[in-house]
Amino acid sequence: MQLSPDRPARPAGTGGHVLPVRATGVTIRRGGRALLDGIDIGIEPGPLTVIMGPNGAGKSLLLRVLATLVRPDAGVVTWGGTMPDRGRAPQLGFVFQKPVMLRRSAIDNVRYALKAAGVPRGERDRRAAEALAAAGLERLAGSPARVLSGGEQQRLAIARALATGPEVLLLDEPTANLDPAATLAIETQVQAAHRAGTTVVFVTHDLGQARRLADDVAFVHHGRVAERTPAHRFFSAPSSEAATAFIEGRLIP
Amino acid sequence: MQDFGAAFGEAFRLLVSLDPDLVEIVALSLRVSLGAVLAAAAIGLPIGAALAVARFPGRGVALVALNSLMGLPPVVVGLLVYLALSRAGPLGPLGLLYTPAAMMIAQMILVVPIIAAVSRQTIEDMKEEYEEQLRVLGVGPSGMVATLLWDARFSLLTALLAGFGRAIAEVGAVIIVGGNINHVTRVMTTAIALETSKGDLALALGLGLILLGLAITVNAAVMLLRRTAGHAAFA
Ligand SMILES: Nc1ncnc2c1ncn2[C@@H]1O[C@H](COP(=O)(O)OP(=O)(O)OP(=O)(O)O)[C@@H](O)[C@H]1O
Ligand SMILES: [Mg+2]
Repeated sequence: MQLSPDRPARPAGTGGHVLPVRATGVTIRRGGRALLDGIDIGIEPGPLTVIMGPNGAGKSLLLRVLATLVRPDAGVVTWGGTMPDRGRAPQLGFVFQKPVMLRRSAIDNVRYALKAAGVPRGERDRRAAEALAAAGLERLAGSPARVLSGGEQQRLAIARALATGPEVLLLDEPTANLDPAATLAIETQVQAAHRAGTTVVFVTHDLGQARRLADDVAFVHHGRVAERTPAHRFFSAPSSEAATAFIEGRLIP
Repeated sequence: MQDFGAAFGEAFRLLVSLDPDLVEIVALSLRVSLGAVLAAAAIGLPIGAALAVARFPGRGVALVALNSLMGLPPVVVGLLVYLALSRAGPLGPLGLLYTPAAMMIAQMILVVPIIAAVSRQTIEDMKEEYEEQLRVLGVGPSGMVATLLWDARFSLLTALLAGFGRAIAEVGAVIIVGGNINHVTRVMTTAIALETSKGDLALALGLGLILLGLAITVNAAVMLLRRTAGHAAFA
């Protein structure tokens, strides 16, 4: 997948890049256990990176640290080479495994995000409508977001995250509870955003999904990045023992 | 017993004919309790929101204190407000004792803990759900509080109605600080207490029926709000 030159327009009032998003020596300890153990990872502009790893490996935690939702006990996270700040948060789209829908209509959920990103009032209606249309949700624009189906909610959550034109989109198992059709819809939506120039980080357990989406794969195990490998090599010849076992469906050592 | 039947008849006559004394008493009751609830909301909602959002040492103690204050006995509140407003008290020079303002203050003090405690719980539950999503959207602390207040508005309105229910039905505090002065501080509850003790059951019954009607209306409003909010998936 190529990085196309027509990156989405930056919203007003949110200067500065968040890419590369970088974690250096990030450690998180709880109850004497290192949940993340000195993780180094960098998200550079361009590729669609898939993060894989067994349950409890620390994938969600890593994503939350990169988004500054969790403060590491040691190590640092930087956005665009500097300390993260709230003003740049809209440049980093985040989609939770369980979508959080605000108590308002679908389109108002998107308008809310645009307002938070400092998009001028006059542009919000148009951009919200465009974001819904891109997600195939224009029919549901006026529906209360919380009555949408799980798949529709997740598509809305992605549309809301993309509406502000983020540089990077982080998704934490966005299709974990969805049927194949809804999963496909979301993969299509994410791939379209990626083709339009958004850098993507996608957490999944699903090998098939990882094969369909990944430009490169980061394999997380025991709170560390066991390997980071281009997709074409990862699935045939992973370099770590843990990833080899995972791909072969064996118990991971 | 036949007194009782006659009293009922007379009570209905008072209601239907919109007896001026009765109307005056009802109007003052509504004015005092609505004023008290509005003032209590202006104080209680920010307290509730602050306790829901802020983390500070002593917060646990504050929550316990707030929940205990919900059970404040009205007569004790009346007594304290009386002491504060009486001529020798710290607020004596304001000359508020035995005025509707004094009754409003007393009811407000009774209602603030209800509104603060309920809004704290409501907002905190919603914050649990919203916080990380709002943070990734770049929403700051004040924007977060505004969003929580707005999205919780139906539940918060329910808290205000509950507060109004407590204020309008309360007698112990207003009788102490208002004095039940005819045409000045006589409200429904104090009038009922007085007229019953005088044996004038008609006015007492008429007012009692109105009070009952208000209680039913408030509860119906709460249910309607819940249902509307539920239907719109705003709850
Ligand atoms: N706040 C916390 N306090 C204590 N332990 C935590 C906390 N958050 C996460 N953990 C632990 O950290 C480990 C990593 O959790 P994380 O959610 O990142 O795993 P994951 O790789 O996303 O797993 P899954 O594939 O099941 O989603 C788990 O063992 C989890 O129990
Ligand atoms: Mg996870």
